[in-house]
Amino acid sequence: MNDASPFLELEPDAPRVTVRFDGTDYALPEGANLAAALLAAGVRIFRATPVSGAPRAPFCMMGACYDCLVQIDGVTRQACMTRVTDGLVVERAPGKDQKDG
Amino acid sequence: MDEVDLLILGAGPAGMAAAAEAASAGLSVALLDEQARPGGQIYRDVTEVPKARAAILGPEYTAGRRLADAITTPRIRPIPGATVWKLDPDRTVAYSVDGQAAQIRGHRLLIATGALERPVPIPGWTLPGVMTAGAAQILLKQSGVVPRRAVIAGCGPLVYLIGAQMVRAGTPPLALVETQTRGDFMAALPHLGGALKGWRAMAKGLGWIAELKRAGVPRHTGARDLAVEGEGRAQALSFTTRSRQRIDCDTVLLHEGVVPNTQATRSLGLPHRWDAGQHCFVPDHDRWGETALPGIYVAGDGAGIGGALAAELAGRLVGLHAAAALGRWEQAERDRLAVPLFAALARERAARPFLDAAYPPSPQSRAPADATIVCRCEEVTAGDIRRYARLGCTGPNQAKAFGRAGMGPCQGRYCGLTVTSILAESNGKSPQETGYYRIRPPLKPVTLGELAAMDVPEQQEKSA
Ligand SMILES: Cc1cc2nc3c(=O)[nH]c(=O)nc-3n(C[C@H](O)[C@H](O)[C@H](O)COP(=O)(O)OP(=O)(O)OC[C@H]3O[C@@H](n4cnc5c(N)ncnc54)[C@H](O)[C@@H]3O)c2cc1C
Ligand code: FES
Repeated sequence: MNDASPFLELEPDAPRVTVRFDGTDYALPEGANLAAALLAAGVRIFRATPVSGAPRAPFCMMGACYDCLVQIDGVTRQACMTRVTDGLVVERAPGKDQKDG
Repeated sequence: MDEVDLLILGAGPAGMAAAAEAASAGLSVALLDEQARPGGQIYRDVTEVPKARAAILGPEYTAGRRLADAITTPRIRPIPGATVWKLDPDRTVAYSVDGQAAQIRGHRLLIATGALERPVPIPGWTLPGVMTAGAAQILLKQSGVVPRRAVIAGCGPLVYLIGAQMVRAGTPPLALVETQTRGDFMAALPHLGGALKGWRAMAKGLGWIAELKRAGVPRHTGARDLAVEGEGRAQALSFTTRSRQRIDCDTVLLHEGVVPNTQATRSLGLPHRWDAGQHCFVPDHDRWGETALPGIYVAGDGAGIGGALAAELAGRLVGLHAAAALGRWEQAERDRLAVPLFAALARERAARPFLDAAYPPSPQSRAPADATIVCRCEEVTAGDIRRYARLGCTGPNQAKAFGRAGMGPCQGRYCGLTVTSILAESNGKSPQETGYYRIRPPLKPVTLGELAAMDVPEQQEKSA
């Protein structure tokens, strides 16, 4: 559990696996919702918008807003529709800089 | 191709109830949902939830277990994790599971895709740390995760429900900042008779408010000019009541009620009408849920907001109707079985006009200030939309020719109603005349790989 996270985990004892997000390793509950687990681990920014590069994070948690987009194995996916598995490597989705550059 | 008697899109209360009713009449059913488990939004992950979390969520939530149990029969084939991205008028549905596309056809098709939360476009609503109140509920239901320092802003019964659940979780909201006014309450009073008929719903709401009060959660009502403040993330919510106020926080939870998710019905070109009481579009349908396309039904909040119990009853009616249409029930028998369901549905809906009038969308979210972003995906502002109107833009589809509103991945789910409302106001037209985005498949982005993979069996079918 991350005390600096804006989110509290009610069941902190769940078995953990290692997930790499944007180059940092996190111990996240196995099988958990990836967006929820990253938020609880203290990740505040998930992506930058393609238009202005503004930071975004999960907004709807139900697969409708696309603000939780991340890249896994080169495929852009919704973190709120993805499960935590051991060894998952997650990158920030390309934002404005990547698009322009 | 894969075929079943009744194909159901959405495993919320409406879809689950329809499945159970149809299966008990002998129909084969397939139940598609992009979530891994049945439950829909209200009963999200109810089959898995640990005891302590269930106690926080309360009996209205755990009541969903009964529905989830009723669909574990061999006649119902659940297809979980299935994102539906195309529907055809001949009731063929294309979906993907784990990046693998497939098709299935129903002799009858029920669209029970539920609701979305109404967009609440206020300054700063795109900042990390701003979520919908429903998103916070999903975090709690599915993951046991709750925000520590949150302000809940907006209006409607779900504001009180999530607030009460957060109190029970030991992380009470810092405050409720409510947009409804005394005037709204007065306007709702003529509907009080209906509300008393639907007294159970009202009593629940009053119970949640009492829980919040006991926990000492401050309530600010009649709040105007809400704005999320912060550098790169939400750090405070400011608003005006008698004076300007500011509450420091890490999370802002926005909610102004729910509206039908019409992406699937729109993509079929079905007619929709503006519901002035609920400030949203609903797909046209008859009392059994049948739409303008034969054999395609709608039920639940996707057909018009009525809440979970109404969704369940409407789902059962579709189940009966489909069974009769496919020869499993005589029409007279269907009608007899439906009598108590229609009566219960009327009771369940009785409190709605009161709630709709008492908790309307705020003036601010119906007509946001020029600088406010309305289209989150493409970062189009309310001022942009007004400028399009001055240049002769009459409807949301035309707006796409002027700018990119509604063209991002969410396909207008969180801007469509705002764009309709701004254009209607600017042009002095009704929302009905102004219309909505035309929705085209894919309803959700699909990769070329998925499309290519699906083409193979089709080609084989053709050459066979
Ligand atoms: C976030 C949220 C939280 C809510 N929480 C509550 C609550 O706690 N209490 C309450 O009384 N009401 C709640 N509601 C209101 C809710 O709309 C109803 O009470 C109830 O869930 C409606 O049931 P339904 O069967 O019509 O739809 P839902 O329960 O919404 O079920 C619809 C299902 O369709 C699926 N679906 C939609 N589109 C697709 C697609 N393209 N492909 C595959 N599957 C799809 C969804 O995953 C979902 O499971 C909530 C609404 C929202 C949006
Ligand atoms: S948080 Fe909205 S799509 Fe994932």
